[in-house]
Amino acid sequence: MSKSINKVSSTAVPVHLENIDTDQIIPARFLKATTREGFGDNLFRDWRYNSDGSPKKDFILNNPTYSGKILVAGKNFGCGSSREHAAWAIKDAGFDVVVSSFFADIFKNNALNNFLLPVTVSEAFLQQIFAAVESDPKTTIAVDLESQTITVNGKSESFEINNYKKTCLLNGYDDIDFLLSLKPEIEAFERKHAAI
Amino acid sequence: MPKTLFEKIWDRHVIKTIDDGPSVLYIDRHFIHEVTSPQAFKGLEKRGIEVFRPKQIVATADHNVPTLDQHLPIKEELSRIQVQALVENTKKHDIELYGLGHPYQGIVHVIGPELGVTQPGMTIVCGDSHTSTHGAFGAIAFGIGTSEVEMVMATQCLLQSKPRLMRINVEGALNKGVTSKDIILYIIAQISASGATGYFVEYAGSAIRSLSMEGRMTICNMSIEMGARGGMIAPDQTTFDYIKGREFAPKGTEWEKKLAGWKELYSDEGAKFDKEITIAAADIEPMITYGTNPGMGIAVSGQIPTGTDPKSLAYMGLEAGAAIKGKKVDYVFIGSCTNSRIEDLRLVASFVKGRKKADNVEVWIVPGSKQVEQQAIKEGIDKVFAEAGFLLRQPGCSACLGMNEDKIPAGKYCISTSNRNFEGRQGPNARTLLASPLTAAVAAITGEVADIREFI
Repeated sequence: MSKSINKVSSTAVPVHLENIDTDQIIPARFLKATTREGFGDNLFRDWRYNSDGSPKKDFILNNPTYSGKILVAGKNFGCGSSREHAAWAIKDAGFDVVVSSFFADIFKNNALNNFLLPVTVSEAFLQQIFAAVESDPKTTIAVDLESQTITVNGKSESFEINNYKKTCLLNGYDDIDFLLSLKPEIEAFERKHAAI
Repeated sequence: MPKTLFEKIWDRHVIKTIDDGPSVLYIDRHFIHEVTSPQAFKGLEKRGIEVFRPKQIVATADHNVPTLDQHLPIKEELSRIQVQALVENTKKHDIELYGLGHPYQGIVHVIGPELGVTQPGMTIVCGDSHTSTHGAFGAIAFGIGTSEVEMVMATQCLLQSKPRLMRINVEGALNKGVTSKDIILYIIAQISASGATGYFVEYAGSAIRSLSMEGRMTICNMSIEMGARGGMIAPDQTTFDYIKGREFAPKGTEWEKKLAGWKELYSDEGAKFDKEITIAAADIEPMITYGTNPGMGIAVSGQIPTGTDPKSLAYMGLEAGAAIKGKKVDYVFIGSCTNSRIEDLRLVASFVKGRKKADNVEVWIVPGSKQVEQQAIKEGIDKVFAEAGFLLRQPGCSACLGMNEDKIPAGKYCISTSNRNFEGRQGPNARTLLASPLTAAVAAITGEVADIREFI
């Protein structure tokens, strides 16, 4: 797992569907591992492979003309189960950025905690990206976290991210290190806290 | 200033707020299970740190356990290793485990409330999106990812941005044959599978107040299915009566003290919500889903909407404009963290008593916990099911998620009391129709989607 992220400039893989839930990203029967590695092989498993394990020719991830570090998907991406394995699978399959017009909350947090950048764009801009990438698979998308912009074919849009998380991603900081540094404050809080 | 129920609890748990960033939120209770915890334990070990507050964690094995012959070793190797890892991790870190064979074992969202671990005013998390269930007690409860599980293990805190707040009022008396499951399926159908993303939802109104704790848990459980961060209901006498006397409920003077605090947990008059919706209970009929997300629901008496996504219809093998009533089903699954509590089993038993299942269906009843199972046996509910031809299995998540041995075969239709009808959720190419325990029960008897109102 890369421990920081700033600029990503790459071709993209468009999965042109809405409401992609985490059961599609990684079905539950592949959640039996006790490590974080190796989930990429089963990314979009049941859309990508037949039951005999042969690739489904019409699924975009099996189309050799599409590749890159950016996954583009329709709105409400990552809904459903909280399984972080979904973020691990996408990252493990070589993606650093997911672009959609709308992310489910838990998935967004999971992605950020794994240095997989979720970029929320307007629905109109998302459709422009789909159109650009689908008409020319060699289209490059440029994502710049520092300036919070995404650019395709000369057109840019800015995206939101809170300043704390942005600093973490740019510098490779981790929430746990930050929280551990607050231990004295947490212990002081506990002494006066009773859950009602 | 008037405060919402959410704000009253949130404010008491924020240690500090980072400028242009999230808040540091203290977590009172942390539930863990075998699937989303092993990588968190590994993470702690890699950092060389201990679990900070092991006594605030409760563990159980539920997702990956078989629901038959639980006394035997788990057949599937990877499942066995994962369940064993939980046994070893909890032992090493001094965490209470209600594992296989323990009288308290069961689905994490069933056992927390049942043991009195879940209480009003708490912040509760678990590496599972249906943690919203515990909000039924007036708690802030939500699902988290494994990195966050590790965070809570390490510091008993999470970094969270305050969500927007929505209140959904359901007013009036419920129609005959309509249960809490129908209420929540109706709400999700109204606002869509993403309609509450970014929000924390409070359910209120006379129809909600009239529900039992089991009914309230069913509603809060499915909050995530409309994208909500969580769902909650202000505690009242129904809540207090449910908690009193349970294993880990406060006792004696501690009870009186806690109770006084719990009675302050409600949204003040004039408290501000970012969004408010009111629904008339009279408009709600027995509901069922026809598509591949939980927002795709209709009344059992209704037609599949024209304009339904063709991909979804092709997966389900259904046609736009057609009635759903009369559709033959192959499996009936009554279980999951949504509907596997004793009240659900009693409701099903009261309907099927003296009836027999249809020949074309297989019926699986999966109690939510060992305690539910034992109670069902004590009340003779197991015999009612046996006479009807239903199979009463052992506690676990079972066929809700296509992970353990219990899967619905490809192409088969399952009417299910669970929470998700996603493609492949109950097994590759399985077709799920979500419904209430009553609607599932009538399907078990008739072998097809039927309107419970014609039978009661």
